[in-house]
Amino acid sequence: MKRFSLLVVPFLLLLSVLASESSHAALQLQGAGATFPYPLYSKWFSEFQKKGGVEVNYQSIGSGGGINQLLKGTVDFGASDAPMTDQELAKSATPIVHVPTVLGAVVLAYHLPELKTALKLSPEVLSDLFMGKIQKWNDPKIATLNPGAALPATAVLPVYRADGSGTTAIFTDYLAKVSPEFKTAVGAGKSVKWPAGLGGKGNEGVTGVIKQTPGAIGYVELVYAESNKMPVAQIKNAAGQFVSPSIESVTAAAQGALKSIPSDYRVSITNADGKKSYPISGFTYLLVLKSGKAPKQQAIKDLLKWALGDGQKMAPALSYAPLPKELVTKVQATVQELQVE
Amino acid sequence: MKADRIFLQVLRIAAGLSLVLLAAFFIQMFWASLPALRASGLKFFSGTDWDPNQEVFGAGAFIYGTIVSSVLALLIAVPISVATALCLTEVFPARVAGVISFLVEMLAAIPSVVFGLWGVFVLSPLLRSTVQPFLAEKFSWIPLFSGPPLGIGMMSAGVILAIMITPTLTALAREVFLSIPTLQREAALALGATRWETIWIAVVQNAKSGLWGAIILGWGRALGETMAVTMVIGNRPQISASLFAPAQTLSAVLANEYAEATSDLHISALAALGFTLLLVSTVIHLGAKFWIRRGREA
Repeated sequence: MKRFSLLVVPFLLLLSVLASESSHAALQLQGAGATFPYPLYSKWFSEFQKKGGVEVNYQSIGSGGGINQLLKGTVDFGASDAPMTDQELAKSATPIVHVPTVLGAVVLAYHLPELKTALKLSPEVLSDLFMGKIQKWNDPKIATLNPGAALPATAVLPVYRADGSGTTAIFTDYLAKVSPEFKTAVGAGKSVKWPAGLGGKGNEGVTGVIKQTPGAIGYVELVYAESNKMPVAQIKNAAGQFVSPSIESVTAAAQGALKSIPSDYRVSITNADGKKSYPISGFTYLLVLKSGKAPKQQAIKDLLKWALGDGQKMAPALSYAPLPKELVTKVQATVQELQVE
Repeated sequence: MKADRIFLQVLRIAAGLSLVLLAAFFIQMFWASLPALRASGLKFFSGTDWDPNQEVFGAGAFIYGTIVSSVLALLIAVPISVATALCLTEVFPARVAGVISFLVEMLAAIPSVVFGLWGVFVLSPLLRSTVQPFLAEKFSWIPLFSGPPLGIGMMSAGVILAIMITPTLTALAREVFLSIPTLQREAALALGATRWETIWIAVVQNAKSGLWGAIILGWGRALGETMAVTMVIGNRPQISASLFAPAQTLSAVLANEYAEATSDLHISALAALGFTLLLVSTVIHLGAKFWIRRGREA
């Protein structure tokens, strides 16, 4: 009997703690979706709670999962790197609103130890590299873009993301926009059939292969390339300038695309106008319902307002590009229009 | 006795449960795969084109990659594991054997993703710069060793898998060897057999069917392993004779694409990959069992 109580007492104590925890439980928001903004979101949500906001529980299960869970109503908001399609939007009874939060950029990292200056690439050459049409690094097409650079005769090894990702979606969207050939042969999407090269799993997989293989070139998120200190290529933008990826040049791209951003923000901003724009970037979104019941909907509104205000200031420290000011004003108005029943 | 009857019922339920679970798996997976199987027909298994963008789904290259990578792993791991197990049970003194078997079992405790990262950063560069150029130079006339040595590819996947199944195989083989009565060994020695002959005749010959069982379990593990494989195999849906070339496996595609798949047909095609993997493992399991039984009767 004694041993029995020894086992049971702590268990009962634990239960009572859990029970009191849940009876005091305040409002909690459940979110799920994109993995790319997860480091920023987790920072945001913890800061938001510290500032007296509600507790937010975010699961980075991937954009596709986030959309599915929002449609099924198992989460209060979703998150996605690519805007939802009309077909997906039609599945929801309540209209879904896209709220752009920050910008992400896709950068081209490479392994060419011979090269002392940043590699310069044009959209055409980039497309040829990933379609397996340029096979050697000393190809005249690359040489004319990089006069005086010591380009080796190493074989080109394109490295792509094997797992479905927003990163691939942005990169293929860009290539499909600038190269009609890429558009018909491969197309844009989160998982595509690459004509050449090999696939790494996740940013770390792609980075690993690039770091270990001379002649490799692959695409990773800006955040990832910055923290790994890898050499990245300058890309020729729509204005004909070679631009290095950076937080400023990505925000500049959103600024350059401002005119073409529709009221639902579902737009690709790759190959944006503007001299300083880095051409391969895109929004990441929080997906919320147009109308919902208080107090949850109110909490979501508060969260979004905070993210567009103080939240934006935290983005650069974590290598995310904040939205341009004019866009923030627009998005704030959209958030204001969310209905609380 | 009432207690006896209750106990019997509990046992029956427990045994039945795994059967029900397996059946439920099959039915559920088949149900989820139906749309994709209807759309692609038998081409789903024979086609090698996998293009989610165009909604073309053929799992042929993945089936090939799954089988070849796991067989390669067995070819490397079985001799090593059997030799290690023999050392542990027949050759080494008990204290040394204890330490070694502890170390081998520790291998099983390493998470799959760690193996994968080690594969990307250590194993594949090593294969690319040493083993593969050597093989390419000496044996390039064998199609297995043709093409540019990339490091990442089928060979890396096979080696990683071999390392991952070695602890399982070694532990199982050791148990099989330990279960052989000492009398058998003493009998062989008494007949004037050398140590090698004793091990071969008394231990290995008697352990054969148990070893086959161990191999099948190890094979099953290799078939389904996902994370480490996808990090080193190169994730390219192609059938290439060369072990240097990148390839892809069923479970790797499933893990890679499921989280971001939104089109209904794509999700269904991924479920169909799971169903195919279930089929492949079942066929291999039943086939091996049948073969062993026939061998025992003959």
